[in-house]
Amino acid sequence: MSTPKVRVATIWLDGCSGCHMSLLDMDERLIELADKIDVVYTPLMDVKQFPKDVDVTLVEGAVNSHEDYERILEVRKNTKILVSLGDCAISANVPSMRNPFGVEVTLKRAYVENVTLNPQIPSKEVPPLMPLARPVHAVVKVDLFVQGCPPSADTIHFVIAELLEGRTPDLSERTRFGA
Amino acid sequence: MIAEELSKTAAAEREAQAQFEHRINVCVAASCLSSNSDKIKSALETEVKKKGLEKSCQVRGVGCMRLCSRGPLVSTETQGEDETQPASVLYQNVTPEDAPALVESLKGEPVKALECPTDTPFFKSQVTIVLENSGKIDPERIEEYIAVEGYATLLKALTTMTPAEVIAEISRSGLRGRGGAGYSTGLKWTTVAKANGGSRKYVICNADEGDPGAFMDRSVLESDPHRILEGMALAAYAVGASHGYIYVRAEYPLAIKRLRAAIRQAERNGLLGTNISGTTFSFTVELRLGAGAFVCGEETALIASIEGKRGQPRPRPPYPAESGVWGCPTLINNVETFANIVPIIREGGDWFAGIGTAKSKGTKVFALTGQIHNTGLIEVPMGTPLREIVYEIGGGIPGGKAFKAVQTGGPSGGCIPAQHLDSPVDYESLIQLGSFMGSGGMIIMDETSCMVDVATYFMEFCMSESCGKCVPCRVGTAHMYDLLQKITRGEATMADLDLLLEVCDVVKNTSLCGLGMGAPQPIFSTLRYFRDEYLAHIEAKQCPAGVCKIHEGNEEVIA
Amino acid sequence: MSPTVRVKTLTIDGQAVGAREDQTIMQVARENNIFVPALCAIEGLTPVGACRLCIVEVKGVNKLLPACATRIEEGMEVTTNSERVANYRRTILEMLFSEGNHICSVCVSNGHCELQTLAKKLGMTHVRVPYRSTMRRVDASHERFIADPNRCILCTRCVRVCDEIEGAHTWDVMGRGINSRIITDLSQPWGDSDSCTSCGKCVNVCPTGALFEKGKAVSEMSKRQEFLPYLTLMREGKK
Repeated sequence: MSTPKVRVATIWLDGCSGCHMSLLDMDERLIELADKIDVVYTPLMDVKQFPKDVDVTLVEGAVNSHEDYERILEVRKNTKILVSLGDCAISANVPSMRNPFGVEVTLKRAYVENVTLNPQIPSKEVPPLMPLARPVHAVVKVDLFVQGCPPSADTIHFVIAELLEGRTPDLSERTRFGA
Repeated sequence: MIAEELSKTAAAEREAQAQFEHRINVCVAASCLSSNSDKIKSALETEVKKKGLEKSCQVRGVGCMRLCSRGPLVSTETQGEDETQPASVLYQNVTPEDAPALVESLKGEPVKALECPTDTPFFKSQVTIVLENSGKIDPERIEEYIAVEGYATLLKALTTMTPAEVIAEISRSGLRGRGGAGYSTGLKWTTVAKANGGSRKYVICNADEGDPGAFMDRSVLESDPHRILEGMALAAYAVGASHGYIYVRAEYPLAIKRLRAAIRQAERNGLLGTNISGTTFSFTVELRLGAGAFVCGEETALIASIEGKRGQPRPRPPYPAESGVWGCPTLINNVETFANIVPIIREGGDWFAGIGTAKSKGTKVFALTGQIHNTGLIEVPMGTPLREIVYEIGGGIPGGKAFKAVQTGGPSGGCIPAQHLDSPVDYESLIQLGSFMGSGGMIIMDETSCMVDVATYFMEFCMSESCGKCVPCRVGTAHMYDLLQKITRGEATMADLDLLLEVCDVVKNTSLCGLGMGAPQPIFSTLRYFRDEYLAHIEAKQCPAGVCKIHEGNEEVIA
Repeated sequence: MSPTVRVKTLTIDGQAVGAREDQTIMQVARENNIFVPALCAIEGLTPVGACRLCIVEVKGVNKLLPACATRIEEGMEVTTNSERVANYRRTILEMLFSEGNHICSVCVSNGHCELQTLAKKLGMTHVRVPYRSTMRRVDASHERFIADPNRCILCTRCVRVCDEIEGAHTWDVMGRGINSRIITDLSQPWGDSDSCTSCGKCVNVCPTGALFEKGKAVSEMSKRQEFLPYLTLMREGKK
């Protein structure tokens, strides 16, 4: 038996999935990584329950709905190193643009004013919004911040590679807000 | 007016006053006026007329008699050697309906039900220098000021002293700025006097009193406006200025009215204007009304406001002494500082330096408010222990409640707890206790006050009074206020407290002016002495004083 | 520059430098390629010391001084980037980001923004204070320009360039504290302003995407500030 692989998870809260697309843009480097990590949970695979004892979790998206909120608590409880991946996780970014307007106005705009067929604010299926879309670190402790909208595949690869080496990645020259 | 004319006027006024056997003095400063002392005054006048006593009894308005909580205050004075009749009686809580009884009492026994004892520590422990004329003269008549040797000091200085001698006297007195920071007045005057300002220099009186609970300067302006003008003129002579501004907030209409009248009277009598008393010294004074922005008490913001610009501070240096209003060297002192000038020049710097402590000389006027028996204006020697102010002069805490803290220094000050009540009141001691002399507001709090709530109150004040120019003060005060509110609602975590302290640190050390630098002070001082109250809100979700409304079961609280 | 101006010597970050006595710490630092961050200061306009990012430590002075508004003195020992100052600067940046609604990814100035660049340069990885999320209305009434106060950091460069260089004084600040905002004329729509000459100087000195040209999409708005030192130089030459 070789040394146990590092258990990595990714989750997707309120974001556009761009950060996950960027993750997939690592292309063949994903195969190299597969030797060293086990991806134990991600929106791209069919696992219902967030697993326990995860070493690293990459979080995309802001905490916007009550569902996001419950999930990030669960993730934090079971993760050693929590990484805010991308501007939405770090600053609430585009999802936060509804904050100045308030929940009610936002929902009305989305489901009533801009809809011609059967306009109505959903009461089921769609998780209810919290008063504000917030960055992940406003809700739980975050260990590392990877800026970018989205962070490039190179940046994400660098982050994972450094973490695998047991180092804290220095991102000062690699990425920024809005990159 | 030259010195002989001045003394002639004084003698004439004293003689005119001696014509009256009785005098009834009604306080017509803002506090008593707000409880209708003007109606009392006219009721008394009617009553005197009705009894046909106009020739022997004078009814007049005077300035603040200090014990505001017992207002409206009225005093009666009787001349003559009649031993059975007290020469002066003070009456409290007077109403217009009491007028007949009061006038009647002039001939007989004092009205016992209204009598306010004056042999109490409140009056006995005070030493009045700034307030020496307050409550004794009619602030609207220059003759009464002249009758108590008003303007004699100015004329004496103009004719017998050089400007350098005036400054030397002020330096020797050890007087320090009464606006708050306590900068040496003599040193400031020296700097302005030496400043190479070409043709013009200015003297400014900062009357933009704005601390919550502070009304010392207001009372001085309303009760003895000529003293400020005379002090400013002495300053102008000393530093070589020929023009002065009094920057007073528009919310003080009575002070403005009396200052306007005083300036007019002084000009008419040749005590302000060109070639005062026949000398080469000329000095004019103009009023500038502030719109009430607290930050305009900061000297550079005040100067900007005088110039008609947005009232915002600018980085110092250059200090106003070098480049002030209209770019000219400018001396700027607070009302109470100017009020100390005349007695210092009259009695000498050494006399003044004999009062107070080693580093804080003279007296300090405080506006005593809050949970205390005697609220009002007090003037005590520097170095008076806080305990004496609270329990003797102030008469202690009403309702059998326990003393909790005394707040000094306004929004840049702090709360001093019971264990430090024996500390003397002086500039250094207060700073050591994490507070600040400030302009003289003194708010007493008892056990029913929540100290987190108090800090929140002051932070709201700073937030809404921040001018918005520099980032740390503009944004930082808003964050500090929000974080404090979060604590009072019982929604905060220890991480929030750490964040609050970090924001405090940044605002204190990076803000442009004193407003921002001092804004975190109420938090620092309440945390220093009442940390357990903060922890109770955060950890136990309880407000020990029962003031804050704690939100139950908030799901957003995550450790 | 008058010929009688004297030269003084000082050290900045241990480096001995010489300078004219009428220069500020920031001017001297930049001449010597020592970086001092700033958002309100810009060469050619009166310094106001408002953003506080250029605060430096001066030996013997117990408070931090704004490099933009502090004249040099003989023998001054300036430290521009101690750990303490670096921490303060990061927190001040966080305050700026929390105050407005700065969404870099959808901003016309993305990639050309001085606020964004400083956040990267000074190592501000995230904003610890809560975002304030206040509602601020965009003014698109001008035929060529747009003012988006969501991205305004109240540096007042627009106010100063309009007043000091263009001489129109269209811009000013209204309100105070956290409610301060920039306005045109007496808080009328920019497009209705009688005083605005549509010169666009305000747009070009604006460090963020708060003032920008119509028709620019995300990342397309880069500012041209070269005119300012040039105009100042021309003016000084006239004196």
